Amino acid sequence: MSGEYHDSAVRPYVLTQGRARPTRNTVGLDTLLVVADAGKPLPPSATRQARDLLRMFGRLLSLAEAAAHLRLPLSVAGILASDLVDSGHLIARSRIPEAGRPDLTTLQEVLNGLRRLS
Amino acid sequence: MGSAGSADRYLPDTVQQAVKILVVGDFGVGKTTMIGAVSEIEPLRTEETMTQASVGVDDLAGLDGKTTTTVAMDFGRITLSPYTALYLFGTPGQRRFWDLWAGLGEGAVGALVLVDTRRIEGSFEVLDQLELRGDLPFAVAVNHFPDSTRHSPQALREALDLEPGTPIVNCDARSRSSSVDALIALVKHALATQKGPS
Repeated sequence: MSGEYHDSAVRPYVLTQGRARPTRNTVGLDTLLVVADAGKPLPPSATRQARDLLRMFGRLLSLAEAAAHLRLPLSVAGILASDLVDSGHLIARSRIPEAGRPDLTTLQEVLNGLRRLS
Repeated sequence: MGSAGSADRYLPDTVQQAVKILVVGDFGVGKTTMIGAVSEIEPLRTEETMTQASVGVDDLAGLDGKTTTTVAMDFGRITLSPYTALYLFGTPGQRRFWDLWAGLGEGAVGALVLVDTRRIEGSFEVLDQLELRGDLPFAVAVNHFPDSTRHSPQALREALDLEPGTPIVNCDARSRSSSVDALIALVKHALATQKGPS
């Protein structure tokens, strides 16, 4: 009961139809996502986890935060969110390119932001 | 679940990009303390499942020779400007978690390595690995515990065998301003690295 991991009768990858990776690798833990069109319904076959995820992204949030609030493993949340981007339910905001580094402008902005805090 | 209203959890709609910094170190070195000190949200915990080829534990690992490890990561957030949010991910430093870094490090500003001077040897491996990778700017923050002896940065630099360009700062992970200063040292280093020599 007091464990940090909340187990489920459904194994994680049943929720993702056996896939261990997203359809596209643009959704990472720091990807910001938001609902694309609040009125667009999910198909009746959508899992509860997909519905929860879509509801969680009613406003702007990172994938990691949504996964943590819903207690979904990060990789599972990533696959489900990626599907929801593909189906036009979620929009992903820009992300630092894979294997890239933030550019100088971004780094300077981070530095300025931190200096305002100190 | 936290009692804070769910309205508080969201980012301002003006935010266009997220950046991340890894806070790396062994268990108990103060990663979550530091993240909690600077985060604008209550630190959150997420779990990632790692599947890895098992080395030396084949007898226990089952027939496919792979083990699955669940890694818990604590993280926090600072909205730095109307456009940019910074995420801080606490990342375990031990060798068996290095596979995790490949994904986490992508697009990251860099890594802040937290060091406990009472257990300095716990930091050698992680520093070696970061130097070997060479693709992730990093700085060292020495977290001072009440019963830890103060060493000069120069003595610690030598003890940790750091490259000359690697910043090393003292910090108190419980203090917001001290932790912010350590993050600033890392970002300045990342900027200098990005600009290149000269």
